[in-house]
Amino acid sequence: MTDVVTAVVWLAGSGFALLAAVGVLRMPDVFTRMQASTKASTLGLGCLLIGTAIQLGDFPAFIRAASIGAFVLLTTPVSGLVIARASYFAGVALWKGTVLDERQAVVESDRATPDAG
Amino acid sequence: MLPLVSQITLTTLGVALLIALIRLIKGPTLPDRIVAMDLLGMLVVGLIVVLAGWSGVRATLDAAIVIALVGFLGTVAYATYLERGAPR
Repeated sequence: MTDVVTAVVWLAGSGFALLAAVGVLRMPDVFTRMQASTKASTLGLGCLLIGTAIQLGDFPAFIRAASIGAFVLLTTPVSGLVIARASYFAGVALWKGTVLDERQAVVESDRATPDAG
Repeated sequence: MLPLVSQITLTTLGVALLIALIRLIKGPTLPDRIVAMDLLGMLVVGLIVVLAGWSGVRATLDAAIVIALVGFLGTVAYATYLERGAPR
């Protein structure tokens, strides 16, 4: 029973990791690539950690797996935000099919009404 | 059953590592390479976690914790370097 649950969760986790890598290779833009990388790698690593914790099945292994999971869940959004911010302000070109750039809209409205602030 | 599943999982993670490595080599700008490097760190952590679960050696999970920490700090350091005006 333990082996079956571990097998299912490990296969799901490695599938998510492979999807993240394919997304990073195939997406057209830094920002879309980062979206694929952060979401799917968090989910894949979470699945792999659950499988390992079930397979080892004792308290120290569970605590270590939970601490890795908590750390990754805390730091992945932060690193995604930092990369996105840095690459936007460094002037990396957005994909030509992008429909909304809210920061650019704010800059243009400031330029249209210079007395506002 | 578990050795077979472990081998399939490790092979899939290795293929994912190779695909991320292609993006790391190709990546037209520096942020692309930073994203690929971040993903490589996550995939290595997953590889070590699966190896720990397969072999039953608990001490390998500590190495996974350390790699996750160093990968996060490296990503933040690269982004700070980019924001201070690195050559792209």
